[in-house]
Amino acid sequence: MEKMVNVYFFGKKYSVPQSLTIMKAMEYAGYQLIRGCGCRNGFCGACATLYRIHGKTELKTCLACQQQVEEGMYVATLPFFPLVKQVYDIQKVKPTEQIMMQLYPEIYSCIGCNACTKACPQELKTMQYIAYAQRGEYAKCAEESFDCIMCGLCSSRCPAGISHPQVAILARRLYGKYIAPECKHLLDRVAEINEGKHDDSMADIMNKSLEEQKALYNSRDIEK
Amino acid sequence: MYQYTQEQLDSMKKVEASRQERLSNLHARMTADEKDAVLKQFHPDYIESAYETLKVGPNKGEKVLHELADLLQGKSRIETSKIDLSKPDYDVDVLVIGGGGAGSSAAVTAHANGANVMIVTKLRIGDANSMMAEGGIQAADKPNDSPAQHYLDAFGGGHFAAKPCLLEKLVKEAPDAIRWLSDLGVMFDKTATGEMVTTHGGGTSRKRMHACKDYSGAEIMRTLRDEVLNRGIPVVDFTAAIEIIKDVEGKAAGAVLQNMETGEILIAKAKTVVIATGGAGRLHYQGFPTSNHYGATADGLVLAYRAGASLLYADTLQYHPTGAAEPTQIYGALVTEKVRSLGAQLVNKNGEAFVYSLETRDVTASTIIRECKGRGNGVKTTDGEGVWLDTPMIDIIGGEGTIEKRIPAMMRMFGKYGIDIRKEPILIYPTLHYQNGGIDIEADGQTTKIENLYVAGEAVGGIHGRNRLMGNSLLDIIVFGRNAGKYASEKCKTVEVKELTLSHVDAFNKELSDAGVDTGKVSPQLLPNYKRQDL
Repeated sequence: MEKMVNVYFFGKKYSVPQSLTIMKAMEYAGYQLIRGCGCRNGFCGACATLYRIHGKTELKTCLACQQQVEEGMYVATLPFFPLVKQVYDIQKVKPTEQIMMQLYPEIYSCIGCNACTKACPQELKTMQYIAYAQRGEYAKCAEESFDCIMCGLCSSRCPAGISHPQVAILARRLYGKYIAPECKHLLDRVAEINEGKHDDSMADIMNKSLEEQKALYNSRDIEK
Repeated sequence: MYQYTQEQLDSMKKVEASRQERLSNLHARMTADEKDAVLKQFHPDYIESAYETLKVGPNKGEKVLHELADLLQGKSRIETSKIDLSKPDYDVDVLVIGGGGAGSSAAVTAHANGANVMIVTKLRIGDANSMMAEGGIQAADKPNDSPAQHYLDAFGGGHFAAKPCLLEKLVKEAPDAIRWLSDLGVMFDKTATGEMVTTHGGGTSRKRMHACKDYSGAEIMRTLRDEVLNRGIPVVDFTAAIEIIKDVEGKAAGAVLQNMETGEILIAKAKTVVIATGGAGRLHYQGFPTSNHYGATADGLVLAYRAGASLLYADTLQYHPTGAAEPTQIYGALVTEKVRSLGAQLVNKNGEAFVYSLETRDVTASTIIRECKGRGNGVKTTDGEGVWLDTPMIDIIGGEGTIEKRIPAMMRMFGKYGIDIRKEPILIYPTLHYQNGGIDIEADGQTTKIENLYVAGEAVGGIHGRNRLMGNSLLDIIVFGRNAGKYASEKCKTVEVKELTLSHVDAFNKELSDAGVDTGKVSPQLLPNYKRQDL
């Protein structure tokens, strides 16, 4: 018989197998999830969750699909959090310091409490990447925030009202489009295709008989 | 430290003991005959008892898996007589059903082309398999590569069954798809001089796998989502499409929608409709675990089939070789193929490599099943059995820090359970990953049977044939998403929608009762049911 633990979903007690994640434990208890459940693999940020262990004061954060249940866990899911997303035209913005000041001026109100970093289920240095954004250091902000799944837990704990994930995606898009080095071999190939330079080789392979195609496939050279 | 069983720990020691030897002695590639043999004997697609013959609809007489047959031949969620089509709640040019990578690409492209476009999605925009694709996206953009070479790899890897006009589009438009994404700000892995960092995937003959660490799909999806929102494209979330609406001329003209939380029925009228509803892993075909997101229940196939569109290769699924087999909390979760691209080998309980690491997915999965079911060389796990994926080889081959830099998501996923993949191998078993088949389309993205109905992404059948190569799915959602967006927005300029009707649903119901079919299922399914069974 599997060991059971007592957990509290929104304050109500359920006895569930200890091996389960919070998400699976909710389903075990009988919830048919609609909100608060997405990829179930830690990539989509749909299942941001807060919990506290009975008798302890620390408020913890996690993804319900990744966190195993434990005895005395009081769980509140956060299936939606009102992040502020500013609208911009990626073709017109430029990677200057001013753009953050225009779109997300609240980042300059950061009081340095680091609650965002402590809340991140991806263990990102959230406050640090906001500091990079403040200084217009978008390459560093992009790299430091790269694993962000936009669950919003950081913002739920922020006394300055910062929407960290939205700041981060702006920084990453600015980096990807304007700062990262341009890829010449990619642009060359796109131009070749547009000029029809690959039409003959494509037609050649597509017009071969199935037997010829099979022979070609089975004997093709493979890059080391 | 994770609590492995003694048997698992003993086996792990054998993996460590043989590591040095295996580093220099790669397992041989299989011949074409060896591949055919292992597929026929061990691939789940060949298990006849898992299949049944469709009794109604455009693919009547063809075989599909029981779970899909139940839904394709299921009951509609609506009684047509109770639906009022005369006052649509939404009236748009292009209606996109599905908010994953394909739907978002289609919407952005249609919007850029001047169309009034709307996305409807049963969960949130971005709750999609696109978000979970880890390994990368293929494109033949290096000097030693070409679209023709890409075509050959994909055509052969798909057992020469791909629809040529679709595969041609996929490989020829691949470099432009990467350019488009870069232009939107997607951060591909590049060298300091801008060259793409590319690797092999199973079955590739050139290193053409582009990546964004091992968050490739997430980086692409969150960027596309941001672009959809920047453009002000309406996203009606937590709202499922439950039937396609046609006009009296038989052309697609909208969809019946249902609010997932309140049950409210809404009518969306449109000049063209794009189905971008994704895959079916959550149907758990043949009892397999899945790497798919929560909403992967083949809804688009059901909608299209009931409306009269035909399916292509609906009988073939992809079982990704490496789903997590332990710990049980992440059973079935995807372990990206990139782990093998970077050098990790598949090893049985005796510490022996049993297959070349980068055979195609169907062949590799079949050899793992053979190792466990056919040869008794599997390691017992909480949920069944598995084999080892020897991850510490990656840092030995690529240098310390390679795992941390190139596959951080994998390191995190196992790290949460006390498993350090830099130091210990991990246990894996095939997991239901991808729907190879789907709705039959022409090169312009339009279904072969129904005018003004377009399809993009995993819901399409025939792009990849009967097996898909790693990195060609992230590619197809972009290429065919843009394609559907382009043609659907072009077409809507000349469409004049006639009176709306759901008579095709009534006709399908009649066909079901005439054939005496009652599967007991209501479809589309929308979500899996994971509630405890004895409640």
